[in-house]
Amino acid sequence: MSATAAAPVKTLPEHHYLNATYGIRSWLLTVDHKRIALLYLVSVTFFFFIGGFFAMLIRLHLLTPSGYLLSADTYNRMFTMHGVAMIFFFLIPSIPAVLGNFFIPLMIGAKDLAFPKINLLSWYVYVVGAAFTLYSMVSGGLDTGWTFYTPLSTIYSNSAVAPAVVGVFITGFSSILTGLNFLVTIHTMRAPGMTWFRLPMFVWAHYATSIVMILGTPVIAITLALAGMERLFGLGFFNPAMGGDPILFQHLFWFYSHPAVYIMILPAMGVISELIPTFARKQLFGYHFVAAASLAIAVIGFLVWTHHMFLTGQSTYAALAFSFLTFLVAIPSAVKTFNWVATLYGGSISFDTPMLYAFGFLGLFLIGGLTGLFLGCLGTDIHIHDTYFVVAHFHYIMVGGAIMGYLGGLHFWWPKMTGRMYPEWLARIAALILFVGFNLTFFPQFLLGYLGMPRRYHVYPPEFQVYNVMSTAGASILAIGYLLPMIYLTWAAFFGKVAGDNPWPATGLEWKTQSPPLTENFEVTPIVTWEPYDFHNRPDLGLDAVASNGVAPAHGDD
Amino acid sequence: MQSPLPFFPEQASNFAGNVDALFSYILVTAIFFTVLVTLLAVFAAFRYRRKNASDIGAEIHGNTALEIGWTLIPLILALGMFAWGAVIYVNYRTAPKDTLDIYVIGKQWMWKLQQPNGRKEINELHIPVNRNIKLILGSEDVIHDFYVPAFRVKMDVVPGRYNTMWFRPTKVGKYHFFCSQYCGTNHALMGGWVTVMDPAEYAAWLSGESGDVSPVSAGEKLFTQLACTTCHVPNGTGRGPSLNGVYGAKVLLADGSTVTADEGYIRESILQPKAKIVAGYQPVMPTFQGLVTEEQILNLTAYIKSLQTQPVPAKGAGVAPATSGKK
Ligand SMILES: [Cu+2]
Ligand SMILES: [Cu+2]
Repeated sequence: MSATAAAPVKTLPEHHYLNATYGIRSWLLTVDHKRIALLYLVSVTFFFFIGGFFAMLIRLHLLTPSGYLLSADTYNRMFTMHGVAMIFFFLIPSIPAVLGNFFIPLMIGAKDLAFPKINLLSWYVYVVGAAFTLYSMVSGGLDTGWTFYTPLSTIYSNSAVAPAVVGVFITGFSSILTGLNFLVTIHTMRAPGMTWFRLPMFVWAHYATSIVMILGTPVIAITLALAGMERLFGLGFFNPAMGGDPILFQHLFWFYSHPAVYIMILPAMGVISELIPTFARKQLFGYHFVAAASLAIAVIGFLVWTHHMFLTGQSTYAALAFSFLTFLVAIPSAVKTFNWVATLYGGSISFDTPMLYAFGFLGLFLIGGLTGLFLGCLGTDIHIHDTYFVVAHFHYIMVGGAIMGYLGGLHFWWPKMTGRMYPEWLARIAALILFVGFNLTFFPQFLLGYLGMPRRYHVYPPEFQVYNVMSTAGASILAIGYLLPMIYLTWAAFFGKVAGDNPWPATGLEWKTQSPPLTENFEVTPIVTWEPYDFHNRPDLGLDAVASNGVAPAHGDD
Repeated sequence: MQSPLPFFPEQASNFAGNVDALFSYILVTAIFFTVLVTLLAVFAAFRYRRKNASDIGAEIHGNTALEIGWTLIPLILALGMFAWGAVIYVNYRTAPKDTLDIYVIGKQWMWKLQQPNGRKEINELHIPVNRNIKLILGSEDVIHDFYVPAFRVKMDVVPGRYNTMWFRPTKVGKYHFFCSQYCGTNHALMGGWVTVMDPAEYAAWLSGESGDVSPVSAGEKLFTQLACTTCHVPNGTGRGPSLNGVYGAKVLLADGSTVTADEGYIRESILQPKAKIVAGYQPVMPTFQGLVTEEQILNLTAYIKSLQTQPVPAKGAGVAPATSGKK
């Protein structure tokens, strides 16, 4: 039977959160988590394009060994501001503050987050932090590297360090408030029957992420406060000339900034854990192990920070311990990957755009994760630390992993957020362009790194040119891959085909309400009687209740 | 000479072969898992592709044996990588005794390097092949990093302390070195060439016209000028311990612990004399922080190192008696 034959023309529901009230005030003073999510969507997209613009200039500049486009100082500002915009103002808030904000209450059957006004406050805090950082960018720029290493940042830099530090400091509080809100919401606001082990993996991932946000972010705030005071008032926390220790700064900085990698990647893993079961129409393989892996990553992730500092002269014993723990933290990620692939077996797999992003994520995250082994390994890190190998590795994780997850999630939930469908074929082509462009941009950088090209170089010896040209070529393809979704998703929000309540169909509670949802999410609080991703006991989805791929049902003891 | 798409840089030190071998081991493991997971995913995507719009998948929840398997196997492989990497790293961080010591100072945006006989170079380093070389690294301003890709070695150069790195060049030639810790405007220009020479050629080069005073004699002169000699009397009768034989030896501290007197310890004792007090002495030494330049500290350090061969007095030495060293 075909679902499309003779389907009646769908229309949007009469009342939903988008048309509940009108006017700029109704948005700027909203306490609806869904509207706040859209506010975040607009702001993080803004920063994504600022960061992307800087990235484009960087890649163009590096086409030739002597760097024809920018002066040394300008180049240094470009990569610094690229990093600051992308990490603190795009990647860290992207999935949690947009998709998490929108869908955690819907997924657990709640009307809103636990603290709707604090949710709005967290967006304003973000905006104030962003304003300081933008001020730094236009009033002299920032040239310290996103890592703010002392004493360069506190004593020697001639750029606008103070406003940037203040901006990042302030934005941290937005992250803390969001994490707090999620934790309380997940603990207290689950609908009847929504037990811990019926939570979608996306919610588990955000639970783990929230722990990292709450415990890690205060440390970066303190660190940047100390650095700011050193710069503004000449206090000698990190300045060796005054008895301070520049390496202490790195310890404090990475104590947050390594776990921050998990703030970026855990939510993306959560998205992938939704996409694969949905588009394979099959339960997530090893649900409990995947949930436990998220928590293990969040906890062990706090114990590996000095792997960024193996060559600062730190004690050999410390290096050994931290390298060992770094290898340990790799294991839960491997476990997740195997479970995702295992979920495909016996499934009924479609290749809708979100699933293409999930496949893309798998490939890129695999490479990103495995290349982390070379860096966590003491012997090889001596050579590749602070080279392009590192640059390639973390772009595979943060761009290949986190952004593929984010875009996959945006496509998956766009019909729920806007009530309308994006153009499927265009979206598939864009996903393909992204995947190809990404690999062409960043794979050559692994080779550059092993050949010994240090990072943050505005000029380089001619022997490195071939791979730089490849990388720049890839970046232009990648740019198209990012512009396309930006354009057609915006178009689809207004003019796309009406999607209906559950177009895929998917099993989560968010699909049990109308698209776009009501301001209060559900007309009546739902009661959950089914397991997550269970397509077999869900006649309401309108699917055949019997598996069709000739695989006998097996009840493993997960 | 070089392939248009090179993969490994030249191997020109004792570490290069081993680092590349470890890299290859991890690479083979990584490629194996990439191919395995990709093939499994691609196979599943085709074998289980959706045939009818309303089809659903089989009811499979998980498998504990599989979970344990794919936790333990990667763990074992990862521990192998850890162990091999640890062996290389410990070797790299533990310099042998017979090194040729070169003093390196990084500053925005140049390198000053000095041979043991005093010959100075800027952004150039000449060294003999097949000798163990130790670089003693200091910075005048921000953090830099001395990196020689062909040797597979690098080390941060941190203001306020000494780091050391060692290697043994194995092949005559000219190799790039870079600053690989971002240090401001001209970070990318802060590099140069390491020239590895035949020992005979190196000796000839070293004795060439330079007119530079060796760090040891410069340090000896400073040692008198700064009046260090009034307290650190060689025969051990001064208010401070004799420095004869201190370098490389264990020093007994007032709190009962011992410390090996390396370059970092000597530097710290000049700049923060109260940080580690030698047992039996009063904390009377003033700090020289801000009074001596990085180069002068290096010279003093070189001079104190040269006292290693001087006779240690029975009383008043900074060196811990062989029996009293407790943990
Ligand atoms: Cu890290
Ligand atoms: Cu430098």
